[in-house]
Amino acid sequence: MTAPLGTQPAGTQPAGTQPAGTQPLGALPLVEQFACGLDAPICLTWELTYACNLSCVHCLSSSGRRDPRELTAAECRAVIDELERMQVFYVNIGGGEPTVRPDFWDLVDYATAHHVGVKFSTNGVKITPETARRLAVSDYVDVQISLDGATAEVNDTVRGPGSYATALRAMRHLAGAGFRGFKISVVVTRHNVGQLDDFASIADRFGAQLRLTRLRPSGRGADVWDELHPTAGQQRQLYDWLVARGEQVLTGDSFFHLAAYGQALPGLNLCGAGRVVCLIDPVGDVYACPFAIHESFLAGNVRGPGGFAAVWRESELFAGLRQPQAGGACHSCSAYDSCRGGCMAAKFFTGLPLDGPDPECVKGYGERALAVAAGTSPPRPSGDHSHRSRPSGPVPVSIGAGPPASPGLPPSGRALAPSGRALPPDRACDQSPLAGFRPG
Amino acid sequence: MSERAATADITEATGPQAAEPELAGPDLLVEEVSIDGMCGVY
Amino acid sequence: MSTETLASGARAGSEPFDLDRPWQLHPQVSVRPERFGALLYHFGTRRLSFLKSPALLTVVSSLGEAPSAREACRAAGVTGAELPAYAAALATLAASQMIRERVSL
Repeated sequence: MTAPLGTQPAGTQPAGTQPAGTQPLGALPLVEQFACGLDAPICLTWELTYACNLSCVHCLSSSGRRDPRELTAAECRAVIDELERMQVFYVNIGGGEPTVRPDFWDLVDYATAHHVGVKFSTNGVKITPETARRLAVSDYVDVQISLDGATAEVNDTVRGPGSYATALRAMRHLAGAGFRGFKISVVVTRHNVGQLDDFASIADRFGAQLRLTRLRPSGRGADVWDELHPTAGQQRQLYDWLVARGEQVLTGDSFFHLAAYGQALPGLNLCGAGRVVCLIDPVGDVYACPFAIHESFLAGNVRGPGGFAAVWRESELFAGLRQPQAGGACHSCSAYDSCRGGCMAAKFFTGLPLDGPDPECVKGYGERALAVAAGTSPPRPSGDHSHRSRPSGPVPVSIGAGPPASPGLPPSGRALAPSGRALPPDRACDQSPLAGFRPG
Repeated sequence: MSERAATADITEATGPQAAEPELAGPDLLVEEVSIDGMCGVY
Repeated sequence: MSTETLASGARAGSEPFDLDRPWQLHPQVSVRPERFGALLYHFGTRRLSFLKSPALLTVVSSLGEAPSAREACRAAGVTGAELPAYAAALATLAASQMIRERVSL
């Protein structure tokens, strides 16, 4: 067992002096307690930068270009100080690609020294043998490598040429450095749902843990959601696969809408946005969750007078989310208690009312609602930090001198086979809606 | 493989799948979940 | 809400929790008091435990100083009738390494 985190005392003073027995045991179901909010988040997502070396077609934060108003290192440390005071247990640092910030490693060290655990999401670009070794010796930092295909063909269509190779290389370095149990995080799409066993094999190969998460129509995801989100049949297939694997496979509780099928998956099975979790974005804006980057879900900014704590505790938006939520149009559905109406962000960005069914409602009510809403324009994500060199629309682009894994090749912009040779162009009749999209 | 615990959460008693018989006891006092078990975090 | 308990925790027929040993909070556990009781986070296992009673928080927080878990419960005001429930809760916490036996000094 390694040394404890900093000088954190092993316990705290008891919360109160109520004699045992005056509190009815299990008075309020825990999910109800959480739905009313907490004095501090349990954990949260912190997007450190909008800069990214990739341009994934479904990027929930529409990342690519750094925002000039990004929090400075000093401002980041101030946020970490607040998180420590609030006893936020850990932060999931993402972006964009967080490791492209020059102060990234210092900030991670600062967080762990201040009793805030860190997991960071990365495409792997800066995971070298050296950084992997550094990570392997820290118990308080976890790593999550993004991967959206078990093959380069499937992955790179979404994440850009060379991204599969970059991710696998990072995994090799982490495994080689003795980092057991890092996470491989997959966004489930129509095109990779048939590769679930293969993803599990990749995780096994590197001693990693697989994590599957839900595609939301957020950020650039709004443009590709119709083509990429799993079909109803695939969703069922996914659910059955996850149930069979229990806690072996993580989900970030992102499939709680599938609880309506029957047995709930492991997790809290509720929308944590504004209640137990939230997002801090690169310019200090606080949103209910990273899938809801839109003015409607903006609670405040950490640069305000009361910092992050004031936003969490006093924002009107969060107060509203912490009110008991009625079922609305779903209240008479027998599954409502299980699915709780699904994902707020998924509904919002598909133009559905928040008090109605999730667009992927397992009973099909969402599809019906979408048909009714067809023709109306859903809200657009706030802000777009996408790289300008890509045309508007879902085109994967690799930025920089070319695929890092194949330095000898020119930046042809073509999808690469694992060997590094460019794949032939897709045929015109290819089924994939992204056929023919290659970086230009 | 771990099994889902019966809890005092009334929503599960009325859900589509009948929960295990409600135990009036220890499960009321402690519940556990993975830190990855909260929706809204990457 | 879907949670899981570790097999040796609160189930009948599993190894009973020894109330008469000295226990302590695991040093990698962070305790955060809440209205409903407390949140416990283990930095090593990355598991979260929710204590759903303020009295249980009192018990858990005082384990390190008490000669035994039974004594910690008594001092926290846990009645005889309530003790089995608290014992089983402590068993769950022990199974997930949130608490561990203390080496007697």
